[in-house]
Amino acid sequence: MDYSPTGRRPFIAGFLDLAPILVGVFPFGLIAGIAAVDAGLGSIQAFAASPIVFAGAAQLAMMDLIGRDAAPIVIVATALVINARFLMYSAALAPTFRDLGSIRKAYGAFVITDQSFAASVLRFDQVDESLTDRFAYFMGASLGLWGTWLISSLIGVVLGAELPAEWSLDFAIPLVFMALLFPAIKDRGTTIAAVTAAVASVALVSLPLNLGLLVAAAIGLAVGAIWSRG
Amino acid sequence: MTTHSPALIWLLLGLTASGTWLFRLSFIALFGRVAEIPDLAMRLLRLIPAAVLAAIVAPSLTHATGSFNLGTERFAAGMIAAFVAWRTKNVLATIGVGMGVLWALQALS
Repeated sequence: MDYSPTGRRPFIAGFLDLAPILVGVFPFGLIAGIAAVDAGLGSIQAFAASPIVFAGAAQLAMMDLIGRDAAPIVIVATALVINARFLMYSAALAPTFRDLGSIRKAYGAFVITDQSFAASVLRFDQVDESLTDRFAYFMGASLGLWGTWLISSLIGVVLGAELPAEWSLDFAIPLVFMALLFPAIKDRGTTIAAVTAAVASVALVSLPLNLGLLVAAAIGLAVGAIWSRG
Repeated sequence: MTTHSPALIWLLLGLTASGTWLFRLSFIALFGRVAEIPDLAMRLLRLIPAAVLAAIVAPSLTHATGSFNLGTERFAAGMIAAFVAWRTKNVLATIGVGMGVLWALQALS
C-alpha cells in the first residue's frame, strides 16, 4: 500500500491508538475461529470468514446458526441485520472521505470496524490534518484490527479441532455477546430495545427456521424506537 | 455440526461478505448523490446492536439445556458474567469470569 511520507506517522498513530483494544480483540477472534470449526466448517472455510466478513458479532451469530442447520436465508439475514450498523458508520465517514479516489474508498470501506470508526471520528474531530493523513490514520487503526482478527481466528481454527468438549468453550460465545451488549446499552431507547428483544427472543425460541432471533430483534427495535421518540 | 454442504456455506459466506462490504461502502461511495439517512432509519440503526445482541444472548442462557430452565449452571454463570460485563464493559473480564464460574459449578456438581 502506498502512503506518502506524511501519511506514515498518522498510520502508526492509528495503529497505536487501537493497540490496547487489540488485547481484547484477540480472544474474541480465537472464539470466532473455534466457533466456525465447531459449527462444522472445514478449516479453510472457517478461516476464510474472518478476512472477508471481518465482523465478529455477525460471524459468531452466523456460525451458531450454521451449526444448528438454520435456513440459509435466515443465516445471511441475521448476519446482515447485525452489520446494518455499518450504514451508520459509512454515513458518518462519508463527508471526510468524499474526495478520496474510488479504490481507496473501496478498500477503506472494507475494513471499517466499530473500534476503528470510533477512534477515527475522534481523531478527525481533534486533529486538523490533510485527507491523506486522515485516511492513513484510519487505515492504521483498521489494519491493526484486521491483522489481529486474522491471526487470532487462524489460531482459533487450528485449536478448534483439538479442544475437548468438556471445556464447554461454546459458552464463550454468549459471553462475548454479553460483553458487546452492555456497551451498546447507552440510553432509554437502547435499554428498552434490549430488554424487549431479550424477552421476545426467549418467548419465541421455538419459532421454525430459527426465525426467533430476527423476529425478536425486530420487536425490540420497534418498541425501542417508539419509546425513544419522546 | 452442520449438514449444509461446503458449496452452500461458501455461498453464505460470499453473500454475507458482499452485503457487509456494501453496507460499509454505501454512503462513502454515494456521498452527495443520495439524501442523508432518514431520521427514523437512523433511530432504528442506533438500536440494532442492543436489540440483536440481547436477542442472541437471552435464549442461550434460559434454554441452555434445550428447554426453558433457569436452574442451569450456564444461567447462573451467565448472570454473574452479565454483572461483570455491565460493571466493567471488558471483554476479557466477562469471558474470564463467565467461564471460570461455569467450570467451578461443573466441578462442584
